[in-house]
Amino acid sequence: MDYSEKVMDHFANPRNCRKMEDANGVGTVGNPTCGDLMTIYIKVNDDEVIEDISFQTFGCGAAIATSSMITEIAVGKTVEEALKISRNDVAEELDGLPPIKMHCSNLAADGLQAAIENYKENNQ
Amino acid sequence: MYLDNSATTQVSEEVFEEMEPYFMEEFGNPSTLYKIGRESKKALNLARQRVADAINAKPDEIIFTSGGSESDNLAIKGIAFKFLNQGKHIITTEIEHPAVKDTLNFLESFDFKVTYLQVYENGIIKIEDLIEAITPETILITIMHGNNEIGTIQPIEEIGKIAREKGIIFHTDAVQTFGKIEVDVEKLNVDLLSLSSHKINGPKGVGAIYIKKGVRLVPLIHGGGQERGIRSGTENVPGIVGFGKACELAASQLDEHYEKLASIRDELIEKVLTTIPEAYLNGDEEKRLPNVVNFRFKAIEGESLILLLDAKGYQASTGSACSSNKLEASPVLTSLGLDPVDVHGSLRVSLAPESDEFDVDEFVATIQEAVARLREMSPLWNQELDYDGVMCSKHGDNCRMC
Repeated sequence: MDYSEKVMDHFANPRNCRKMEDANGVGTVGNPTCGDLMTIYIKVNDDEVIEDISFQTFGCGAAIATSSMITEIAVGKTVEEALKISRNDVAEELDGLPPIKMHCSNLAADGLQAAIENYKENNQ
Repeated sequence: MYLDNSATTQVSEEVFEEMEPYFMEEFGNPSTLYKIGRESKKALNLARQRVADAINAKPDEIIFTSGGSESDNLAIKGIAFKFLNQGKHIITTEIEHPAVKDTLNFLESFDFKVTYLQVYENGIIKIEDLIEAITPETILITIMHGNNEIGTIQPIEEIGKIAREKGIIFHTDAVQTFGKIEVDVEKLNVDLLSLSSHKINGPKGVGAIYIKKGVRLVPLIHGGGQERGIRSGTENVPGIVGFGKACELAASQLDEHYEKLASIRDELIEKVLTTIPEAYLNGDEEKRLPNVVNFRFKAIEGESLILLLDAKGYQASTGSACSSNKLEASPVLTSLGLDPVDVHGSLRVSLAPESDEFDVDEFVATIQEAVARLREMSPLWNQELDYDGVMCSKHGDNCRMC
């Protein structure tokens, strides 16, 4: 697979890869039957800022790299800012993904959105 | 360490040396009458003899092609179109190489009916199923000898016997078995058999088909009438010369290589299954090639595993969806009835006899470390997770799997 150096770096040294026990928002996307499953954990503080974010991913190199990248992009952002992170943003930050792997970028953006939705539900 | 010899192999020194003169010095067209043409013809004849000897055939039963895929296409389409008026039913298995499978799918669009025999958990068909599938319309049985992904070996001899009793043409793709175990066309009772050069330390782009004397088929490539009119086109002389040499070497070292490979294989299986938790062997434990092993590891994805192993200097392959051009999990592994999630965690290791310096312990430790690392990242490992109803990202709303 023709991955950029940045993808390989995030795959080999994933940032924020752990289960978060005290998360207040958790989102799981993908389906392992098809080969990828991503769980994003967020901890949002009283100012609506994502102060901690982590992930666990079952998937290919691109799925792991996009998970890692979105945690870096989203940390420190407010929930509203984080919701604006688009599917393409993740791929762009990684210096691109092979066309066949673009869905992994979607997966990461969707995973973050799912975690934020879960946070909002928890705080209604 | 290159561990993907089922994908392709390195051309051996002896093969390369044998080929070399046929690029620049002996460049003649074998169909011509003057000396350099005759030299090329002589080289072709020698290669044909060597291929024939390696499978216990006669030289005039060997037709050179561009490789295994062409041989499979020629066998299947060639028979289908020859016997068009006698029946349109073909029997195969659900684990054939795409060169067979996709050729049959193509014929289905011309109203051919194809029966795909089930393989069971061990990756092998049942003879009863074959007998049941035969109809008066059946014109061809095409069943691979050894599987390229899991290495299981089909009961070709028995299938051939039944085909012969029923008067049905029988083709086998022996691309993976040739040079690894005995391939004797007489013992196997086959009418057609596909061979490839680059799987046995020969060059790429060349192969052959064995066509039993008396079996007629329609050519795929029409033209100048080379290869007794069955395969037109000026022969790939250097390639064929290399293939012939590779056959000679493979045949002369068959037993020695078998012993060596099978012992590494068994050690590898034993160590992986005992040292790595939730690791399993895919395919039959006994009826398998000496050089191909396929494992699956729970809760991890194969492409990631391949990347981690590559970073440590090991090149192997996987049947996971993410690693394929079609984003689909291996149909072969799926046919074994495995949990689809587990199919993504597969690893194929295919050994070469020249891998003398291969340290099994070191390799197993590397796999163990990589698997542990991926499991640490995986939400599926040691966790109860409800992912029902979660949408697949790859195949969108139309996903057939999730």
